[in-house]
Amino acid sequence: MEKAISVEHLAYAYPGVEDTPDIVVFEDLSLQIEQGSFVAVLGGNGCGKSTLAKHFNSILLPCGGKVYVYGMDTSDEEKLMQVRRCTGMVFQNPDNQIVANVVEEDVAFGPENLGIASPEIRNRVDRALKQVGMYEYREHAPHLLSGGQKQRVAIAGVIAMEPKCIVLDEPTAMLDPRGRKEVMQTVTKLNAEKGITVVLITHHMEEAAQAQRVVVLHQGKIEADGTPQEVFSQVELLHKIGLAAPDTVELCWELNKHGFNLPLSALDPDDCAQILLRFLEGLTRREEENWHLF
Amino acid sequence: MLKDVTLGQFFPGKSLIHRLDPRTKLLILIGYIVALFLAVSWLSYGVVFVFLVSCIAISRIPVKSFFRGMKPLIFILVFTGILNIFFTQGETVLVQFWKITVTLEGLIRAFFMVFRIMLLITGTFLLTYTTSPIALTDGLESLLSPLKKIKLPVHELSMMMCIALRFIPTLIEETDKIMSAQKARGADFESGKLMQRVKALVPILVPLFISAFRRADELATAMECRCYHGGDGRTKMKLLRMRSFDYYSFLVSAAMIAGVCVLRHFGL
Amino acid sequence: MAPFLEVKNLTHKYSAGTPFEHTALCDVSFTLERGEFIGVIGHTGSGKSTLMQHLNGLLKPTSGSIALDGTDIWQDKKTTRQTRFRVGLVFQYPEYQLFEETVYKDIAFGPKNMGLDAAEIDRRVKESAAAVGLSQELLTVSPFDLSGGQKRRVAIAGVLAMEPELLILDEPTAGLDPAGREEILSYIDSYRKAKQATIMMVSHSMGDVARMADRLIVMNKGRIALMGAPGEVFCHARELVDMGLDIPALTRLFLQLKELGLDVEPVYTQEQAVKALLALRGGNANA
Repeated sequence: MEKAISVEHLAYAYPGVEDTPDIVVFEDLSLQIEQGSFVAVLGGNGCGKSTLAKHFNSILLPCGGKVYVYGMDTSDEEKLMQVRRCTGMVFQNPDNQIVANVVEEDVAFGPENLGIASPEIRNRVDRALKQVGMYEYREHAPHLLSGGQKQRVAIAGVIAMEPKCIVLDEPTAMLDPRGRKEVMQTVTKLNAEKGITVVLITHHMEEAAQAQRVVVLHQGKIEADGTPQEVFSQVELLHKIGLAAPDTVELCWELNKHGFNLPLSALDPDDCAQILLRFLEGLTRREEENWHLF
Repeated sequence: MLKDVTLGQFFPGKSLIHRLDPRTKLLILIGYIVALFLAVSWLSYGVVFVFLVSCIAISRIPVKSFFRGMKPLIFILVFTGILNIFFTQGETVLVQFWKITVTLEGLIRAFFMVFRIMLLITGTFLLTYTTSPIALTDGLESLLSPLKKIKLPVHELSMMMCIALRFIPTLIEETDKIMSAQKARGADFESGKLMQRVKALVPILVPLFISAFRRADELATAMECRCYHGGDGRTKMKLLRMRSFDYYSFLVSAAMIAGVCVLRHFGL
Repeated sequence: MAPFLEVKNLTHKYSAGTPFEHTALCDVSFTLERGEFIGVIGHTGSGKSTLMQHLNGLLKPTSGSIALDGTDIWQDKKTTRQTRFRVGLVFQYPEYQLFEETVYKDIAFGPKNMGLDAAEIDRRVKESAAAVGLSQELLTVSPFDLSGGQKRRVAIAGVLAMEPELLILDEPTAGLDPAGREEILSYIDSYRKAKQATIMMVSHSMGDVARMADRLIVMNKGRIALMGAPGEVFCHARELVDMGLDIPALTRLFLQLKELGLDVEPVYTQEQAVKALLALRGGNANA
């Protein structure tokens, strides 16, 4: 399969101010992201996840090692525009990434920079706004929208550039539950229907659980990498690095300490209910069998 | 509340005036202002007035909003009026007491001056009410583009204006929030002498500036991510295009200005 | 005796009398007892922020009244100003309000405005810094050199230093990771215990609120939609979902179990869930 992003032995340090030492973020980090996948990068505050995201479209350049985006070296200055065209970025604060004071003008900003012909921009803007469900708001002023709506406009602004990959850096951190749901639905839909690669950077377990693959980052190193089930069943590891598993997994883990024997794979209440029910029924059946023996 | 402040408010609509090319509107506004200053008589003022009133009627913008917009400028209007009433020399003395004389000429002159300013403001309002800020900056950029030849950063200026317009409401909201937060910590902005009041602003201004810089920084990154690289090779979604009714509007406006000129020539 | 805080028929309209009039709060009434921990839930625009700002006199009610220990907070200017100090307000993302050169000075801003003497200010700054886990060395540092989590704690200490009897916090854990969230919540809880303070916490995170609060207020469209102990409120799961709110995952799990025919009552903390399930297993084991 084609690699969307390929990080090879990345080293990066923020240069220190005056006489303070450089702040080392990564020493040797390698990571491959497949085209069309939905990957969540999970980590606590200050684990380097945002720094990593900024490497994906040449906002930051590696101090050592290489980052390739669809085979293009991000430090190659000639490829800069192409790299940024391939991977769109959505940031945490929706207010600070909306440029224009009309929704559709903002969505048009990216394609305009690419020098696309006017009628085609119009098409792309309309299509992008429909995809995120904000078409009715195309003539609104962004500052009157809710957080979730603003973030969807920001996503539309990125997909109007028709990227192959979208990197979202904590897109829901400043939103309420309703806004969070809106953004997650939009992102999941784009991945499923358009085959756009999604890299979601987050510290919300419930959101990471919706991805196909979860990469846990701690102090610049990958601590776990796998399907959500695989990653979230490592409850002790998550606790050690200041994270938590989804509530339902935490519950099963706690119950196992009390002599239950539950798999740690239930990421949502429905699954968990099934698992608990099966376990309790199993107990009852065994009791009955035991009873019949006598 | 700071939120109630409206700056260059835009009333979306579909009227003929709304649909005019912003460049047309800008040029006509300039012509209109010239005509206003050329007008000297009741008759010529009448012509300009009728022109403005018909434009407002076509735009379907409620007349009330023009008066509301003029509220902050009442002081200037009254001041101009009083100045002209008292300081115009004339022969027909109406009232005289102490050192002050009010003449008929003074009254007429004051009326004209105030009326002129009101027409000027209303005309400008009509432009901002019917043109979105983006269209306006686009129009300005296009009209000023010949100046690029003398290395004037026209695109950058219009981009800056556009971003400023976008962030004014955000910053106003932020100021409100910071002010409430400091008030909650017992800051007092309403009492004290001038120096104390100025000092009391520090807890608002420092966080506001820091946040503005942070926003600017993040916005710059976000713009770079969306491939912004200055005005070269940039296209526009909405192309400015002059249509037939733009030309008709020019004709009508030109006729109005010519009318005023002719009237002036005959001293009317 | 009059309750500690009494809100009666509180209504607030923004831009009253203009075409932009907008009712943010409508006929809100409730009381708070001293030492209570109350959680306020509601999505953006439900009126919870407006409500908060009324309780310490930042906003004036359009109609209705707010009384602290039986005295109307708008009775006279002095009472209103005093209310600001008795009711501490921590806004959302409070770290954006820091402005002084050092952490010490920033925390001292509130106490200074109260007109306290230097020794008392010093005591309060040191005490409240310690209460949020900031070490003494950090007091001389510029707040702008701190990490995001530390800044948040400085800002909270700035309000704690005023030693409010009622502490109101708007989303104090927004944007923090699970470890950071736990830390902030534990500081709030210890402040409550140390000062016998009343706490009102606004949050989107149902789990956190439910675990800590004695009582919940659910706001919707400017009105109180539900009020009561967490257990009672979460019985109305369907209504909460209709209001666009999340119910805790564990509560959802138990509702599901109940639907599947198990004999359980809704829970909202892990502790309760474990207890209920252990009881259930015990029941089965004895069957």
